[in-house]
Amino acid sequence: MPIAGIVVEPGNSVEYETGSWRTFKPVHSPERCVSCLRCWALCPDCAVRVEDGKVVGYDYDHCKGCGICARECPPKCHAIEMVLDRDDED
Amino acid sequence: MSKRVALTGNEAGAEALKDVNPDVATVFPITPQTELMHRFSSFVHDGVVDTELVHVESEHSAQSACFGSAAAGARTVTATSSQGLMLMAEVCAITASTRLPVVMPVVNRAISAPINIHCDHSDSMFCRDAGWIQIYSEDSQEAYDNIIQAFRIGEHKDVLLPVMVCMDGFITSHTMEALEVIGPEAARAFVGEYDPAFSLLDPETRISIGLLHMADTYFECKRQQIAAMDAARQVILDVGRDYGEISGRSYGHIEEYKLDDAEVAILALGSTCGTAKDAADRARERGIKAGVIKLRTFRPFPGDLLAETIKRVGAVGVMDRSISFGLQGGPVFAETRSFVNDPTVPLISYVYGIGGRDINATEIESIFDELSDARKSGSVGEVFRFIGLRE
Repeated sequence: MPIAGIVVEPGNSVEYETGSWRTFKPVHSPERCVSCLRCWALCPDCAVRVEDGKVVGYDYDHCKGCGICARECPPKCHAIEMVLDRDDED
Repeated sequence: MSKRVALTGNEAGAEALKDVNPDVATVFPITPQTELMHRFSSFVHDGVVDTELVHVESEHSAQSACFGSAAAGARTVTATSSQGLMLMAEVCAITASTRLPVVMPVVNRAISAPINIHCDHSDSMFCRDAGWIQIYSEDSQEAYDNIIQAFRIGEHKDVLLPVMVCMDGFITSHTMEALEVIGPEAARAFVGEYDPAFSLLDPETRISIGLLHMADTYFECKRQQIAAMDAARQVILDVGRDYGEISGRSYGHIEEYKLDDAEVAILALGSTCGTAKDAADRARERGIKAGVIKLRTFRPFPGDLLAETIKRVGAVGVMDRSISFGLQGGPVFAETRSFVNDPTVPLISYVYGIGGRDINATEIESIFDELSDARKSGSVGEVFRFIGLRE
């Protein structure tokens, strides 16, 4: 290990899978989503996956289940639901 | 060029920092250390050094600024005492475990409450497990010499640990003594150009420090600190020998005084060793073969060396100027006994000098008498004793 546990490779936090911390996970409803990208902009873990300008789901290896995406999703869309993330369903 | 000067311990500390010319000093006043950084700040003002002097709003900030400065790759110092050290204790542990070789004179003072400004070692002993190297100085000369050596010891690539250089508050810090200084040219050549192991400001090596380490890696970080302390043992000897070559004054983990034929000895830290040497001379005039073991490095603790020395002498009183409440006696005794571990060697704990309570040569002579009795009778009696306490 590098001295004092310093990190010598920039940007390696992607290797640390914080998804295991999660209790609730976001579930996306594409039919309700208008892809305003608020969730993408506000996710603290860059765990909202976007392709061609549209939300396509989540990076569950890094999503901690904080629920900010569901909270910030416009109420009239309500495209994200937080559900209990049970190990036995994985 | 060496010259002989008259300085107080605080002035000697400032002189050592001036002769080294560190990159950054973070300063906050506290009795009895105030005068040390006060004097150093006048060197900064006068342009004698080109140190960046940072006035901070507390000791917590002083050590935090040291952390930032040292992480940026600068040779960094601060100084404190007592409550100041207590307030910065949180950050002291972080500086050590981030392996930043800050140098910090600690002018030992009792800790509150009751509030007290005089000397005991409760403050530095409070931080004995913070991961810092701790060197104790008998007088102004040693404070000066130890501060200069501290840079070479802490910055050594096998060590990379911060170093506290302790001197006794008022007894040493405010007493004027004659000492020899090696001067800026020799001191700067001795410590050399600072080449930090890593630097946040180095664009070639993009690093992150101060990160989260969980159960899967934290333990290994601590293991590295253990190895660094172990490596410091040899580095302290090498640096002490090299310093002897330029100054005529060599240093090791302990200093022996009249131990060759000694049958009793006391083991102590700091200025008390000077008093004890006088007491040993007096005891010898009365036919008691007395000696002194001066413990210079409390961290890393030279346990094997002490045990070998104590067994050679045969009966030793261990003097603690601090108390570990709930553990009888003090830390020096407890740690020493854990290495001696021989019931046939009389080892007696003496707690003394708390809150600046004076200790004199007559009292230490009486310790030699008690040790002689214990040696002759083979019976220690009460192991945990106090000197100068009104019961």
